[in-house]
Amino acid sequence: MTSVAVEVERPRRGAFAGAWVFVRRHVLTVYSLLFFAYLLLPIGVVVAFSFNHPKGRFNFTWERFTLSNWTHWNAIPGIQSALELSLEIALIASLAATALGTLVALALVRYGFRGRGTTNFIVFLPLSTPEIVLGASLLTLFLNVSTPLGFWTILIAHVMFCVSFAVVTVKARLIGFDRYLEEAAMDLGANEWTTFRKVTLPLIAPAILAALLLCFAISVDDFVVTYFVAGSRVTFPIFVWGAARVATPPQINVIGTAIFGIAVTLMLGNVFLQNRRTKRA
Amino acid sequence: MGFLHQRRGLTPYLLLAPGMLWLAVFFLVPLGFLIYQSLQSGSIDFGYAFTWAWGNYWDAIKGYRGEFERSFEYAGLATLIALVVSYPVAYWIAFRGGRWKNLLLLFIVAPFFVTYLIRTLAWETILSDRGLVVRLLTDIHLVSPGGRVLATGTAVVAGITYNFLPFMALPVYVSLEQIDQTLIEAAEDLYASKWLAFLRVTLPLSLPGVVAGTLLTFIPAAGDFINAQLLGSPTSHMIGNVINSKFNELIDYPAAAAMSFILMAIILAMVLVYARAVGTEKLTG
Repeated sequence: MTSVAVEVERPRRGAFAGAWVFVRRHVLTVYSLLFFAYLLLPIGVVVAFSFNHPKGRFNFTWERFTLSNWTHWNAIPGIQSALELSLEIALIASLAATALGTLVALALVRYGFRGRGTTNFIVFLPLSTPEIVLGASLLTLFLNVSTPLGFWTILIAHVMFCVSFAVVTVKARLIGFDRYLEEAAMDLGANEWTTFRKVTLPLIAPAILAALLLCFAISVDDFVVTYFVAGSRVTFPIFVWGAARVATPPQINVIGTAIFGIAVTLMLGNVFLQNRRTKRA
Repeated sequence: MGFLHQRRGLTPYLLLAPGMLWLAVFFLVPLGFLIYQSLQSGSIDFGYAFTWAWGNYWDAIKGYRGEFERSFEYAGLATLIALVVSYPVAYWIAFRGGRWKNLLLLFIVAPFFVTYLIRTLAWETILSDRGLVVRLLTDIHLVSPGGRVLATGTAVVAGITYNFLPFMALPVYVSLEQIDQTLIEAAEDLYASKWLAFLRVTLPLSLPGVVAGTLLTFIPAAGDFINAQLLGSPTSHMIGNVINSKFNELIDYPAAAAMSFILMAIILAMVLVYARAVGTEKLTG
């Protein structure tokens, strides 16, 4: 690809410039490796301190190695039910939000209609609103129409902030693929529903799966919005928040490590699949 | 034929209805209730009533000006640091990543897989008074003996920067990755130095990613209260801390609602001005 001009120019740069380029290239690499060390440092701390045997109530200084936090992961009262509630909410919310979001994405990409710009804007708006405002405004709604706070209000909130993420994820994939495939199916006599089931759905299935995983991850991790609308219910992040004021049992690190491990495994699997697919293509 | 056309005209609205209804009822309507609540007066014991109490807004600005200013100062600083720190790495992955790109991106988002509160608590461990960082900084005289990092504004900014770093690095990477390499080669063929080619070609072409990254970092950072709560002290509290305590502990709903609305209005205004300034109309995708 490089043209003749480069071949003429290159020797003129001289040995010094060449060395400078070499050094600079490695400076960037070294810097990047340091950056990754910084990025992963707190994760290392979380994992390491899940094996710590703290002296006091706070798990902030390293004492000695133990496995008992892992074998007694639910020994702290309330931690298991908090985790269960988080997982339950995340499962329902991610399924509902992905379904709603996929339909919205289909409408936005596949159809021209009045109010498309407004729809795009409304989908984008929750993503650019600070979480604390989302939580605060939902709370004022529930207060003013006297809705008791609890499971249902948490679920409503989670579906709300997940929908936009699902729309964006599925939309990206829909824009990327060939419309002619759908038109071909229609030309061959398939109606809209059959075309959707047999052509569109299989093509966007990876994006739907990605949206599901993303929504699940965001839901499990959410603290701010949940804290506003949870009433007396305790999700895992709320449990951590409450605990952080009086004590930080290492079991928190155990669950944090486990969630991290599962998420990374799923992502690595995805990366591996993608690499294999691109290699085959 | 006319019937068919009409049905096709209705389909997009049927597809939109459930999702958009959800967003309307649980996102747009609540914003209306936030304003309604912010204009109420009364007390927790006797209940609140709507009285067009504009005074709540003046009280919020007068009483908590410091917290508002600190929110935007910390968020701005964290955004700037995140940009400077992560741009070279995004560049490195985009142009030198080769077949490891996907794996390196996984490293970038890895912090997101640890619960937000837990990774902030991890920073509390790292920056704690007897921790490694404080000892190191004391040794090189950046921290006076017996001084601390935890419970300072520095710790809060550091925490915010870390927590939102992937939001900056990812969009910057995406825009760098999309750059046509032959454009850079062309610049160099025309005798631009590597540095000049970067300044004139690569950097301008990566601006959409920089814009997206700064917004994605700044907006959540300005409303954050977790970092200030866990890593800071009352003197480094942000407006999020005030809103949180007024809503969830002091039960002073009108004041808290007024503050939330002011926070959102300022952010929205800043985003609009910023978007106008950089001329990006494609923000909403």
